Amino acid sequence: MAEVLVLVDHIDGSVRKTTSELLTIARRLGEPSAVYIGDGFDTARESLAKFGAEKAYRVESPEVLDHLVVPQAEVLAQLVADTAPAAVLIPASTEGKEVAARLAIKTGSGLITDAVDVQAGEGGGVMTTTQSVFAGSYTVVATVTKGTPIVAVKPNSATPEEAAGAVADEVVDYSPSDAAKGARITESKPKVASGRPELTEAAIVVSGGRGTAGDFAPIEAFADALGAAVGASRAAVDAGWYPHASQVGQTGKQVSPQLYVAAGISGAIQHRAGMQTSKTIVAVNKDNEAPIFELVDFGVVGDLFTVLPQATEAVTTAKG
Amino acid sequence: MNIVVCVKHVPDAQGERTFNASDNTVDRENVDGLLSELDEYAVEAALTLVEAGEGEVTIVTVGPDAAADAIKKSLQMGAHKGVHVNDEAIHGSDAIATSLVLAETIKKLSAETAPDLVITGMASTDGAMGVVPAMLAERLGLPAITYASELSVDGGTARIRRDGDVSTQTIEASLPALVSVTDQINEPRYPSFKGIMAAKKKPVEQWALADLGVDPAQVGLDAAWSKVESFAARPPRTAGEIVVDEGDGGTKLASFLASRKFI
Repeated sequence: MAEVLVLVDHIDGSVRKTTSELLTIARRLGEPSAVYIGDGFDTARESLAKFGAEKAYRVESPEVLDHLVVPQAEVLAQLVADTAPAAVLIPASTEGKEVAARLAIKTGSGLITDAVDVQAGEGGGVMTTTQSVFAGSYTVVATVTKGTPIVAVKPNSATPEEAAGAVADEVVDYSPSDAAKGARITESKPKVASGRPELTEAAIVVSGGRGTAGDFAPIEAFADALGAAVGASRAAVDAGWYPHASQVGQTGKQVSPQLYVAAGISGAIQHRAGMQTSKTIVAVNKDNEAPIFELVDFGVVGDLFTVLPQATEAVTTAKG
Repeated sequence: MNIVVCVKHVPDAQGERTFNASDNTVDRENVDGLLSELDEYAVEAALTLVEAGEGEVTIVTVGPDAAADAIKKSLQMGAHKGVHVNDEAIHGSDAIATSLVLAETIKKLSAETAPDLVITGMASTDGAMGVVPAMLAERLGLPAITYASELSVDGGTARIRRDGDVSTQTIEASLPALVSVTDQINEPRYPSFKGIMAAKKKPVEQWALADLGVDPAQVGLDAAWSKVESFAARPPRTAGEIVVDEGDGGTKLASFLASRKFI
């Protein structure tokens, strides 16, 4: 079976959940080979093995991470030429999509972004992919017709399934071209960890909007009771109430959790684009005509400042 | 400083967006269109830089006749001139072909005056792939600093702030360079009455593929490296249960979550 390259998303060896999802999808298509760029491989090995990576291509050259995106695309292009993989799977993060875009041009290959599912062809490889478009109002099925299918896959598109992999590792001989050194990262300040799950990876997301009037305490308390990530509408972010990194919507994060709770959010198209594909949707809003109620599985017409604390208490009691 | 801004005319997200049943492409004829909201930030960023010194902002768009509106709006905001690449063969082009047409357009413009910066929005609001800026930089061989929440140009260096998931980065590149901007970078201006009147006299070039030396076989639906096999409207969500809070709304909400095994 042909190899399927999976670009590993990690922070100093701590492998993100999207990678286990991509490895799980890759096993449907062929034999997964992890592509690992940066330090911390020894830490990462265990989680790569757990989700079935048969091989791991490693690039440790320190200067690779000093430059934006292009070195990663060059590494993948080199591996595509050397290994003729059945497909390349990349996380559909902002950075991942840029890597995928450049790889498509470099290798003369078709590209699909934001896939929520990947279906295998007979005999392996990618047959078709599924995407959700126009703010989640349409589902399209697409296929790559030229070159090596390059697919940027959204988080939460597969349930990670464990399978032992050998992780036979091989160091790739790579040094960035001059073109790859064009964009220089001169400073990188890590975000302060909130202790909550990452927004796009979380199984539950609780978001607040204009209705919070700037007070996110009930949102955060309910999120913490549920073990959820906290999101915010564009109105809340534009008002300076919550950081842009937490914005759910067309110009923020697109999330697809098992449960999405929208509190004090009207549900404008801009917001729907970021959450409409959530499995279960719950809303709390004072306005019984808020468009968000058209989407919900369960809605409460009421004041979030009384409804959420009561729900938080009930959840905390139920969890004991 | 001379800046090229690439903009896109897109179906209005507030309206009913759909596909052409005949070839699975986005319906751009029977819908209201407008300048992609995310491109307004790119136009504003370019105008801010040029107004602080000298030079011109040139708007480039690729699209059918209606796409002229995207250039018009940009000129009304204050851009100096436009190039509209319009050719029937382009219909159905994927991001890869679109980036090719944009790259060849910028190369042709560069034969007269090479731009110091190419600025784009972070993504379109219709396709929303967010890949054209990276593809364009790849084709032009320009360094790309993307998803800028802040942008400054100092001497021959452009510098941005990029807010990522795990870190906030400062990234710089020597000019000429490509920059893509987010909606955090500025507040786009509204065209003034004076701007609207002035825009009527600003030059807009009409170019076809032949003017760019692009073979029509390289673009359009048949040349796409990926294709949409089918599309389907997402089934409307079945109406959920809505309760009015009468002092027990929170308890009912928790009961619902328990019934769905979230607690």
